[in-house]
Amino acid sequence: MSRDMYRERILNHYRNPHNYGTIEDPDVHYSDVNPSCGDEIDMYAVVDENDEVVDVKFDGQGCAISQASASLLTDEVKGMTLEEVRDLETDDIKEMLGIELSPVRVKCAVLGLKVLEGGIVEYEKEN
Amino acid sequence: MSVEKASPYNVEEVRDDFPVLERTVDGEKLVYLDNAATSQKPGRVIDSVCDFYRNHNANVHRGLHTLSQEASEAYEGAHDTVAEFLGAEGREEIVFTSNTTDGINTVAFGWGTRNVEEGDNIVLTQMEHHSSLVPWQKVAEATGAEMRFVEVEDGVLDMSDAYDKIDEDTAMVSLVHMSNVFGTVVPVEDIIGHAHDHGARVLVDGAQSAPHIPVDVGEMDADFFVTSGHKMCGPTGSGVLYGKRELLEETEPYKYGGEMIKLVEYEDATWADLPWKFEAGTPNIAQGIGLAEAVEYLEDLGMEKIHEHEKSVTRYALERMWEDEEVEVYGPPPEHEARGGVVSFNVADAHPHDSSQLLSDEGIATRSGHHCAQPLMKKMGVPATTRASFYLYNTYEEVDALMNGIETVKEVFA
Repeated sequence: MSRDMYRERILNHYRNPHNYGTIEDPDVHYSDVNPSCGDEIDMYAVVDENDEVVDVKFDGQGCAISQASASLLTDEVKGMTLEEVRDLETDDIKEMLGIELSPVRVKCAVLGLKVLEGGIVEYEKEN
Repeated sequence: MSVEKASPYNVEEVRDDFPVLERTVDGEKLVYLDNAATSQKPGRVIDSVCDFYRNHNANVHRGLHTLSQEASEAYEGAHDTVAEFLGAEGREEIVFTSNTTDGINTVAFGWGTRNVEEGDNIVLTQMEHHSSLVPWQKVAEATGAEMRFVEVEDGVLDMSDAYDKIDEDTAMVSLVHMSNVFGTVVPVEDIIGHAHDHGARVLVDGAQSAPHIPVDVGEMDADFFVTSGHKMCGPTGSGVLYGKRELLEETEPYKYGGEMIKLVEYEDATWADLPWKFEAGTPNIAQGIGLAEAVEYLEDLGMEKIHEHEKSVTRYALERMWEDEEVEVYGPPPEHEARGGVVSFNVADAHPHDSSQLLSDEGIATRSGHHCAQPLMKKMGVPATTRASFYLYNTYEEVDALMNGIETVKEVFA
């Protein structure tokens, strides 16, 4: 039963997402959509001279899974190096969420990570 | 509640015709409310496809052997069956396509790019499916024509805006017959009359209408009419393009190759007669035969009765949702008459994706997303909606099941 997906922890992150908002003049900024459902996420990050993430925010709209994953992800990546963020995989997101996901919902769950990694690729190209 | 829970036919008997309706989903009875995406298939349609492959399978048109003659007769005859169903004059006016999108592309690139010029305009509505929007964007890009969009308010087309926007420079009006988002039915006859007075041609997107309401393309006076077989109990890979004979004559094929030619020389070729010049390559033979069986099934039940049944079930659903403050329904109020079986809604703070997921737990199949109408969703100010769409086999009890499912969504997202 997918009702198990909607545990209180997930719903709390959906209703009151952490690190929600924008950052002025971010080092990393990227946005993307999930064309099948219309979920949208923007990711912003500030990195220091050691390529460590010192601040990160996201905004956008979408289902509980995509928004809660983005919220959990932003908590997780603070203090990580860009390389460490790029090494994150789908399984890491699943672990953060702590729930079983059908293949369709995995796409929702990884949208935030996909966007953040897209931004890092752009940032590394420019620097 | 003003809806009398009646039906012009025995719905339980009709349900017995559809094998898949017997199945369960995670132990729950399947409640299939995703008919605007595709319909379920009656056993006799499935059998007709199997029978073709088991007993008659061969390529069509030129074969002299018995199987090929049987296949050709069945496939070509399927065009006659569909012609009669849609009110066309004969098989010359009925092209079998893969789907509605394929039909619209045939008109856009076979007629549109050759007949639309710079200075002309192409008129669409704000509630077109992407399949009736994107091909015309490409035609406008190729020809320099202007695109105009008739306003839609609460799912209802603004007719005076349509009369303003269709003018002497209009070359093509391409419009949806029944909205796949709101279920509202557009009075296409009035628009066609106005368009013809101004010398414009009209393509009617009947993907949602032909499966659900009686359609007569002759009476409607449509120049082109397209629909999908899989939404009307037929197999996937079956679709129909109707065109007035003289217009199909002047329409160039947009796919070239085998089966669609008359004479071929190394440097040149001429096209086969209608409708075959538009059916390049080996066609979807089994699907075409299955579509004819589907159309006969619908005729046996009666399109008027099907429409009456769906309207009544939909009205019941709309009235129940409309009185629920936590359910937002998009489109006109329940008493709006010109509509078919589609309801778009959102529940409380739940994203439609989450609503559909929770409904699925209770065996209820709905669809959530932009329904291939992204610009319309933007105009409505919502990222997406949940859509329940009904067909001839849905029951009032299934609406009750949907409403119970909505209660679960509310509980989770309260």
